[in-house]
Amino acid sequence: MIELPALGWQSIVIFVVFALSLLIATYCTYAERVIAAFLQDRVGPDRAGPYGLAQPLADAVKMFTKEEFFPGGANKALFVFGPCLAMITALMSSAVIPFGNIMNFGNNLFFLQGIEVNIGMLWVFGVVSLGVYGVMIGGWASNNKFSLLGAIRAASQNISYELAMGMALIAVLMISGTLSLRDITLQQSVAGEWHVWNIVKQPLGFIIFLVCAFAETNRTPFDLPECETELVGGYHTEYSSMKLGLYLFSEYVNIFVVSAVMSVLYFGGFNFPFQYELRDWFVSNQGWELASAQNLITILGTVGLFLKIFAFIFFFMWIRWTLPRFRYDQLMRLGWTILIPLAVFNIVLTGGLILAGVI
Amino acid sequence: MQLTNRAKKLEKKPMTLAERAYLPAIFQGLSITMRHFFMKKATVRYPEEVRPFSNTFRGLHVLKRDEQGRERCTACGLCAVACPAEAITMVAGERKKGEEGLYREEKYAISYEINMLRCIFCGLCEEACPKAAVYLQPDKMAPPRYERDEFIYGKDRLVEPVSPDERSVRGIQLTADQATTLRGKLQQA
Repeated sequence: MIELPALGWQSIVIFVVFALSLLIATYCTYAERVIAAFLQDRVGPDRAGPYGLAQPLADAVKMFTKEEFFPGGANKALFVFGPCLAMITALMSSAVIPFGNIMNFGNNLFFLQGIEVNIGMLWVFGVVSLGVYGVMIGGWASNNKFSLLGAIRAASQNISYELAMGMALIAVLMISGTLSLRDITLQQSVAGEWHVWNIVKQPLGFIIFLVCAFAETNRTPFDLPECETELVGGYHTEYSSMKLGLYLFSEYVNIFVVSAVMSVLYFGGFNFPFQYELRDWFVSNQGWELASAQNLITILGTVGLFLKIFAFIFFFMWIRWTLPRFRYDQLMRLGWTILIPLAVFNIVLTGGLILAGVI
Repeated sequence: MQLTNRAKKLEKKPMTLAERAYLPAIFQGLSITMRHFFMKKATVRYPEEVRPFSNTFRGLHVLKRDEQGRERCTACGLCAVACPAEAITMVAGERKKGEEGLYREEKYAISYEINMLRCIFCGLCEEACPKAAVYLQPDKMAPPRYERDEFIYGKDRLVEPVSPDERSVRGIQLTADQATTLRGKLQQA
């Protein structure tokens, strides 16, 4: 059995993950603008620094120096608490995601993961569900009917799509038999055996999960909570300065987390094709020790996982600048009458295939 | 009643399964946007990159000198009359003895101002000028400024430098002595 790594190591990993999610979210704002520009035959921000890379810093300075505004009749405490909660929950959920396999330094094994728990997936779901409270509280505390409408939309949308998302997940759990994200990852590639990523076993489940992920992160085409053509700005109508920044920022952190979860659940997490062959090649042909070869594979796997995550983030942005927003009744009809029955069908299908011994 | 013969009768057909599934349409849309991702961008990064001007472009005015470096303008006021935007004002003065090297005619403009905020760059002043003194440069635009009064261009910024080589010193009013020395240097060279 592997001993649990020391608490010190865990806090380092959590700190790094925390810093990384913030950094990635920061540069998501830049990437969003550049990708939007490129998809529209423009070049995007390129004035601040080389290729505009300092643009997020300029945005942050702008956000911090803007006036803090409290609308009259607003519940001040809750008004501040809303964006905080949104940000906290967004950052918490990345703690259980396995960003890499095991590092081995002189017989000390280190997980590249914040917390390894056997209910990792439930943790992510629980924390992400809490995220809607941030939106809800912020919208309600604004004392503005547009904010309230946006908040109500966010709440009902998240509840509706969480159902289908959870059911799509159940099909994955039926295959894997575990809720631990690390175990789910490891099952998608076992040394010496031919294993495939879950996307091959669960194509329908993946599509359902992907659509629900868009709805959960309030991204176009499901960004009705902040639909500016109908609701001014939705739940963050009354927000200004860094409180608005936190809401926008938490959206990008959520995208990062949900991309990581999708990579782990369906795209093999930190596994990449021929990793064991590569490790054995280093051991047998280059004369490396097994531990150092394993460490190299772990690092490459982490890089691979981040590439998968970035691909998903790009996909999120690509979709945003391609599809128009849904109407609210269409959103609800899609969620309740199409995705949920499809997810149930997927569960039945998966059960049948497992019984038949196909997967 | 039929208004045109081009009217098309549209039938509302029930959607096929592929259409109802919505995903093929999404992929179609994604492929269109991805094509645009790799297309040539329409943006011109202005200060670094300048779009070519057309041959007939009318830009910032200049008050020309003649071959001997004398100001051509005689302050006749025809340009100010022609100007539809009433952007030009001038004060005429009489040339003194000894200034023959500076001004071509006996009358010259003591001050000549063009308000670049009023100017519509129509070029009518250039057409009206009997002495070919006002000229709208085909390669220069009025640059942006922070204050309104900076847009009122006086003779210091309008009159052509004594030689084309001295274009860099534009914006500096040359005194008569400076102009003579400059001219002398040029003749020596």
